[in-house]
Amino acid sequence: MSFLRLLAIWAILILGLQPALADRIADADLAPRVAALGSGGFDAAEQAIADLAGTGDDRVPTILDRLGEGELMVRKTDGAVFFAEKAGKDFRLTDPVTGADAGLAPKATLEKVKVNNRIRRAIASAVGALTLMSSDPVVRRSAAEAVMKSADAAAIPALDKAIAAETVADVRAAMMAARATALLASDAPEADKVASIAAIADFGSRDALGFLSGYTTADGAVGEAARKAAAAIESRLMLWDIGQNLWYGLSLGSVLLLAAIGLAITFGVMGVINMAHGEMVMLGAYATFTVQEAIRTFWPDLFDYSLLIALPAAFLTAALAGILIERSIIRWLYGRPLETLLATWGVSLILQQAVRSLYGANNREVGNPSWMSGSFALGDIQVTWTRLWIILFALAVFLTLIAVLKRTRLGLEMRAVTQNRQMAAAVGIRTPLVDALTFGLGSGIAGLAGVALSQIDNVSPNLGRGYIIDSFMVVVFGGVGNLWGTLVGALTLGVANKLLEPYAGAVLGKIILLVAIILFIQKRPRGLFALKGRAVEA
Amino acid sequence: MSQIIDRRRTTLAAVLGALLASTASGYAADDTIKVGVLHSLSGTMAISETTLKDTVLYLIDEQNKKGGVLGKKLEAVVVDPASNWPLFAEKARELISQDKVSVVFGCWTSVSRKSVLPVFKELNSILFYPVQYEGEESERNVFYTGAAPNQQAIPAVDYLMKEEGVQRWVLAGTDYVYPRTTNKILEAYLKAKGVAADDIMINYTPFGHSDWQSIVADIKKFGSAGKKTAVVSTINGDANVPFYKELGNQGIKAEDIPVVAFSVGEEELAGIDTKPLVGHLAAWNYFQSIDNDANATFIDGWHKFIKNDKRTTNDPMEATYVGFNAWVKAVEAAGTTDVDPVIDTLVGTTVPNLSGGYATIMPNHHITKPVLIGEIQDDGQFDIVSETAPVVGDEWSDYLEGSKDLISDWRKPLSCGNFNVATGKCGGNS
Repeated sequence: MSFLRLLAIWAILILGLQPALADRIADADLAPRVAALGSGGFDAAEQAIADLAGTGDDRVPTILDRLGEGELMVRKTDGAVFFAEKAGKDFRLTDPVTGADAGLAPKATLEKVKVNNRIRRAIASAVGALTLMSSDPVVRRSAAEAVMKSADAAAIPALDKAIAAETVADVRAAMMAARATALLASDAPEADKVASIAAIADFGSRDALGFLSGYTTADGAVGEAARKAAAAIESRLMLWDIGQNLWYGLSLGSVLLLAAIGLAITFGVMGVINMAHGEMVMLGAYATFTVQEAIRTFWPDLFDYSLLIALPAAFLTAALAGILIERSIIRWLYGRPLETLLATWGVSLILQQAVRSLYGANNREVGNPSWMSGSFALGDIQVTWTRLWIILFALAVFLTLIAVLKRTRLGLEMRAVTQNRQMAAAVGIRTPLVDALTFGLGSGIAGLAGVALSQIDNVSPNLGRGYIIDSFMVVVFGGVGNLWGTLVGALTLGVANKLLEPYAGAVLGKIILLVAIILFIQKRPRGLFALKGRAVEA
Repeated sequence: MSQIIDRRRTTLAAVLGALLASTASGYAADDTIKVGVLHSLSGTMAISETTLKDTVLYLIDEQNKKGGVLGKKLEAVVVDPASNWPLFAEKARELISQDKVSVVFGCWTSVSRKSVLPVFKELNSILFYPVQYEGEESERNVFYTGAAPNQQAIPAVDYLMKEEGVQRWVLAGTDYVYPRTTNKILEAYLKAKGVAADDIMINYTPFGHSDWQSIVADIKKFGSAGKKTAVVSTINGDANVPFYKELGNQGIKAEDIPVVAFSVGEEELAGIDTKPLVGHLAAWNYFQSIDNDANATFIDGWHKFIKNDKRTTNDPMEATYVGFNAWVKAVEAAGTTDVDPVIDTLVGTTVPNLSGGYATIMPNHHITKPVLIGEIQDDGQFDIVSETAPVVGDEWSDYLEGSKDLISDWRKPLSCGNFNVATGKCGGNS
């Protein structure tokens, strides 16, 4: 019984080990090839990578991966190449071939094997060919894409093997496209090439278009097929382009909305020309930075939630600053717009310099939580997570604000005070308190905008400067005193800007937009959605 | 021991006293030499210029520890032109005529330099300008220690052509004079190298542009035409962070479309997570990661002076270092801080730079510099992938119609900043 069991285990071991053993070459053969990586020069390194990939050894992908990460070092004394890991001031060396520990070495005795983009590309394509048979479909797909980019005819046999074994449909499609590009680059007969153009066209991505356009000038059937396929992909992508521009416009609009919505309260509802509005946004961004730094230092596990934690902090910081400014300066200047403008401009300079003295003039790094990094493809539109979240956040802030104004007692009092101050005071509303709270609310919302903007812009003392003009533009365009006008105004300006940009360029596009707004304001001085009734006359 | 030092000091002072008396300098009565620092400490440019102010203070401190210059201590006079171009001229006048400084280190933007030029000419003083700029200028009173376009842009393009095999070019810049001139030079250079007009895309954006979505998408589209594409970026300081963030978010990797930047250094990268940017390039004449003793000493001293060992060093700091040491050497060689002899002595002065070589001030008041290409690493530093021999700054570009016949030579007897070799006359193209 026990003998049989042993036999079984032995059999399993042998069977299990068999493929692994078959994929390895002798250490003595591999070692000089690895050492060649460090012999100097990018040309030599590229050759060495191709040479290593050619061995098919299963240790090669790890070696190449770590080369790409910059973890391969040459020992200056004998030119041997090692995996190096930082251990205190020294580096711990590991032999890449045998995996044996080679002790510690100080930095001065080592030299990093230099990697540039050319080497990284060579690594990606070599590792791609070697990992086509990986057990993870995600790895297989990126391997196929890497091979597609390199369009190397030598990869065809490996691809054939991988396609035969592939079970996941879209990975298989990527492999087919990769095979087609490789075939097109080889000296296969013309009929095969035409067939592969069809396969690439089916894949339909921008990469495929890029690859095909290399062949559109070719002669004969290949050139014709490539031209036809490229035209088909292009016309399909053109529709997506329009969609993409609309999406960008929406996203720019949401940023404008966030920046302007606080101003819609302080300027739109209260009538205070608040030039320090941008600095409230900046304070919000710095509050985010401070919260994130604290989280990084004390509770690194919470980093992904840092922005959520920063929201109340940013709101309160900016709101308190706003209330302070209102109580100390603005309330003495109600009804004197010119003085308000100058005073708040001064406040904005003071705040900028204060932050500069406190945090330094340099940009501060506010990290993206993992759920806000990267992008996903919606058809051929690249949707970045940051932008998507910012659009949702802007809408959430907008709806909350509407709810506060329409459904709460504070909102009711705010509207009462701004519509008829004497009457509101006569029915017992403490108008100075309401003024302070309204200004605080507008400023606090600007602080919330700062949290979002810290994700896409510089966190520097100048952050607010870039948004103040746009914010006023949105509020005036949308109609002073009307929140829905601000929403429509922001989105209109965003979309118009992004639709103009591809044709007119960023600089001219912005000028055209400004001129259009000036003309529009001439025609309708009260903006898109003008308030009607007695309130306007007050 | 102290006696010896004292005696030495007295003899030194005596010698200097005699020297100064013989040159009948107006400053002979002062016991310090004043050095003007004209960098914005507030406003939009404070982000870049504050560091340079600190660098000059650091260099003065080090020099004073070594006993100062001509036996006198150096004294910094710091003014704040507040990123306001006309104020630069006012403050320069104040430094030269009221504070009687012997030399000024200052300016960052070209427009601030242009604004102070008439003042320096009128009052005859010396300005050391430490930032890379568009060229097309050479003035007797200014020493340009930053890179001219041929010391940064053209070698970077050469690197991309050779190492990355780039055939299609996006020239992206902020809309002002430096990117416009640099891109004009690059466009002419690329066309001279046989690049078709269709393969060059030029794009300008306003200052502080923060929404890069469409432009990055355009670059991606331009890059998918089957030819290797690269972006040459002259995008100015603050707009860079959102640009790189957008590149990262849209998944453009350096292996696909590398970006080589002329205005992105260690300071700018300190504000972003550089993991998605690994492999993008920058061309400068100095990187903090340069591995030699002079640089290690400089960084060490800088960290001690600024009391923060996380502060980075960057290219304009090295240019300030070179300019400062060249001025000290020239003053010691001339034996006076008087402007005219110092300007004459400065030409030909050679001082060590921080990249392990030497910088010489040329007759055109520009200096020799090696060109380094660095790849961004995930720790915000640059890995140097290419280094050239020292290149002489070419103030009048050979690739521009209006300046290819001009040269500059401030040595006697020519003493001309825009000598036209075609007409044989001083005074540009007129």
